[in-house]
Amino acid sequence: VGDGRQSGGKVAEGRAINAGPGRVLIAVYAIFALSATARAGVQIATKFSDAPVAYLLSALAAVIYVLATVGLARGGRAGRRIAVVCCTVELVGVLTVGTVSVLVRSVFPDDTVWSYYGRGYGFVPLVLPVLGLYWLWRTARPAVA
Amino acid sequence: VTDGLANGIVIGSLVLAAWALLTTALDRPVGRTHLVGLGLIELALVVQVVVAVVKMASGERAEEMATFIGYLIASLLVLPVGAALALIERSRWGSAIVALASLVIPVVIVRMRQVWGG
Repeated sequence: VGDGRQSGGKVAEGRAINAGPGRVLIAVYAIFALSATARAGVQIATKFSDAPVAYLLSALAAVIYVLATVGLARGGRAGRRIAVVCCTVELVGVLTVGTVSVLVRSVFPDDTVWSYYGRGYGFVPLVLPVLGLYWLWRTARPAVA
Repeated sequence: VTDGLANGIVIGSLVLAAWALLTTALDRPVGRTHLVGLGLIELALVVQVVVAVVKMASGERAEEMATFIGYLIASLLVLPVGAALALIERSRWGSAIVALASLVIPVVIVRMRQVWGG
C-alpha cells in the first residue's frame, strides 16, 4: 500500500487518504467491489438476456467500485483523482438509477446495486460516495485533526 | 447449510463485532482478543465450506449454484483480508475494520441460506 505522505521531499498536498479512517473506507469499498463484481459476473454469465441494461449497469458499478478501491488504497495525487472521479460517478449513478427505478420500474426488470437508491444493500451505495467525497475533501487540506 | 453451525457463526460474528466497536470507541487498536475471535470464526467458516462441499459432492444442489459457490469463496476471504488491513492500521480504525468485517459475515450467511434453499 502506497503512502501519500512519503512523496519524496515534495510539499505534501493534504493528508494521506489511505490511512486512519481512510482504511475503513478502503475496506467498505473492497467489499462492494467484490460483491458487485461477483454479482454482475453471475448475472451476465447465467441470464444476460433477461435484463441486459440492468446487468450492464451492474458491471459498470462493479468497475467503479474496483477503481475507487484502487484509488483510495494507492493514495497520492493520482489515487486521489481516481477516487474523486469514482465517488462522483457513483453518486450521480445511484441518484439517477435510483430515481429512474422509482419512476419507471420497467426499465430495470431486475435489480442493480443502485436500484431504489441501493435499498437492497441497506442504502450503503447511497451513503458511501458521500462519505468518500467528504473524506477526500477533508484530507485535501493540510492536517488539522 | 447446517443450521447449528451457521447460527453459531452469526452469533460469534456479532459478538466480535460488538467487541470491536467497543474497542474502536475506547480508541484501542486491534489486539489478541480480536485475532483469536477472527481465527475461531474463520475456522468455523472453513468447516462450513467443507460441509457444503461434501453435501454438493453427494448430490445436493443449491437453488442458485453459481451464486452459492461465490458466497462460499467470499465467506473465507472476508476475515483474513479484514485482519490484514486491521493489522496495518495500528489505531482505533483497525478495530473498526474488524467490526466491519465481522458484520459482513452474518450478511453472507443469510444470503447463503437464501440461495441454497430458495
